[in-house]
Amino acid sequence: MLREPEAPTTPKPARPGRLGGDYLRIVTMAVVLVGAAIVALSVGRFPVPFSSVMQTLASHVFSVKGPPSDVEQNVVWLVRVPRVLLALLVGGGLGIAGAALQAIFRNPLVSPDIIGVSSGASFGGALALLLGLESVFLVGGAFVFGLAALGILFAVTLGRQGTPMLMVVLGGVVTGSFFSALVALVTYIADPYTTLPAIVFWLLGSVATATYTQVVVAVVPIALGAATLLLLRWRINVLSLGDEDAAALGVRPARMRWMVLVAAALIVAGAVAVSGVISWVGLVIPHLARMWVGPDHRVLLPVSFLLGGAYLIAIDTLARTVTAGEIPLGVLTALIGAPAFFVLLRRNRDKIWDSA
Amino acid sequence: MSGVGFHYPRREWIFRDVSFRVPPRSVTAVLGPNGRGKSTLVRCAAGLLKPGQGTIGHDGPVAFVPQAHGGAFAYRAIDMVVMGRVRQVHVFGTPSRGDRVAALDAMERVGITHLVDRQFPTLSGGEQQLVLIARAIASECPILALDEPAAGLDLNNQAQVLSLLRTLVADGMAVLLTTHHPDHALFLADSVVLMMGPDDVRTGAAADLLTDEALSYLYGIEVRTVAYQQNGIDGRAIITRYGNDLDGRASVNSRQALRGTLRAAEGRAPRRHRPPWSSGQSGGL
Repeated sequence: MLREPEAPTTPKPARPGRLGGDYLRIVTMAVVLVGAAIVALSVGRFPVPFSSVMQTLASHVFSVKGPPSDVEQNVVWLVRVPRVLLALLVGGGLGIAGAALQAIFRNPLVSPDIIGVSSGASFGGALALLLGLESVFLVGGAFVFGLAALGILFAVTLGRQGTPMLMVVLGGVVTGSFFSALVALVTYIADPYTTLPAIVFWLLGSVATATYTQVVVAVVPIALGAATLLLLRWRINVLSLGDEDAAALGVRPARMRWMVLVAAALIVAGAVAVSGVISWVGLVIPHLARMWVGPDHRVLLPVSFLLGGAYLIAIDTLARTVTAGEIPLGVLTALIGAPAFFVLLRRNRDKIWDSA
Repeated sequence: MSGVGFHYPRREWIFRDVSFRVPPRSVTAVLGPNGRGKSTLVRCAAGLLKPGQGTIGHDGPVAFVPQAHGGAFAYRAIDMVVMGRVRQVHVFGTPSRGDRVAALDAMERVGITHLVDRQFPTLSGGEQQLVLIARAIASECPILALDEPAAGLDLNNQAQVLSLLRTLVADGMAVLLTTHHPDHALFLADSVVLMMGPDDVRTGAAADLLTDEALSYLYGIEVRTVAYQQNGIDGRAIITRYGNDLDGRASVNSRQALRGTLRAAEGRAPRRHRPPWSSGQSGGL
């Protein structure tokens, strides 16, 4: 049987302004984040009603009169707000850094750990704890050694022809293992009754001791790195096509990649410095975000930040509510995230990475 | 480019002392067997590889069209094409409405507006190739370098690409391409580069260089061109002697013998091709 000739397909009208829907998704995610933050401020072993939370925030931000009781105010403003802010910064930072690194390495298995910065920062922090130094040195040591790891990576991979991608990946794995070995050495030397528990607990990651000082310390590198990545969001698209394509289009891939690496290293070093090693967020959040908004980094990067922040706020809230003692964040992020991620992955596996 | 040579680190020269010019409104085709460095030559010319010797000069930026490949992320076709505009977009910027319009124009020019919202990795190899060509057009570079633009395309799409390249050239572009189809060089090229060997790269006008003898020598197999007329325009097409490559190679070793074979073949009326091993056997397929 003959088929009717198909009607000529009319070309779809051009939609130059098509990013509108994507802005909507970013705004939606931001609303989710703010909602998660308010819930997190309210719940806990000392529950504070929503109205008091809002009043406390209003009294501090807009200097509105009539705050609730002093206890409620102190719990919300001095304990929970810095904690939520720190979780937001760390989670968001790791999310956006992971998304950017997965793009430039064109590899879904990449997480911020791959460039060796978190191992370097762990060593710096562990060393400070071993030597019994003050928290200034803990934060500073972690940050400095995190960036030092990137410096070493740069030095060992630099060649006359620029830095090929594979060299950066391998170099990152090598510097990472080197610093991991140093961390192992530090834990081996550490006094098993005093410093060892402190080091182990710190390495597991937590924002339980958050203060406004820590928030300020974290916000500088993380905001700087995240802002750089957001500004480069479209260039990261181009870079994710691969070095040759990017070069053919007029981008210098090696230079651009180092800009992304430095931005990501700032974020990771800053995050580890204030909260220890919180794994998993930087690997999974970009995947979750990509399932929802697709691979375009103009949308993916901001959504990864917001989703990462919301995720870590939610996990941290669980960490301090489900049991009397605090469960380390680094444990919970994987314990809850892994099964949830796996379910989503199975349901969406065709949509994420190219099947070709 | 003049006196250009290239070798990978600690390896022998792939080619040496290659000089040619690709003026505007012209096509230069690079021909040669696999592994002779056609793609390497074009990558050098496009500035993607640094030559080991010689200099390369451009009058403007070069748009390079690689062979189609999957790529890790499932970008939409329009997003792929817009990326051709990267030279026009500030490093911290995103493409403007004007850039997207230019990309759509380029897709229209290539005839793939129906693919706008499709995801690049889900396209067929030919469609991907067309998207990559549209991306190069969107970049508005005056020079276009293509690596095997017709690879993996069916006859219709090949023709589409060839005529597209012709119109681009008529609009003033300079085009450099590699191809495995001497037919395409015959149809398109003003001048050719024949990669005979590392120290034997011949450059010159297509009409002078694309002889039966040179092509046979280049590929190591008997090649003939036949003249034809289409719509009053003279053209030439390639006929290869398939099926007995051992014979073919043997005769190429002695070019005199080859010339004799070809001359003999010219005298005969067209006949059905019969591979030698089928003689004496009854039937066929």
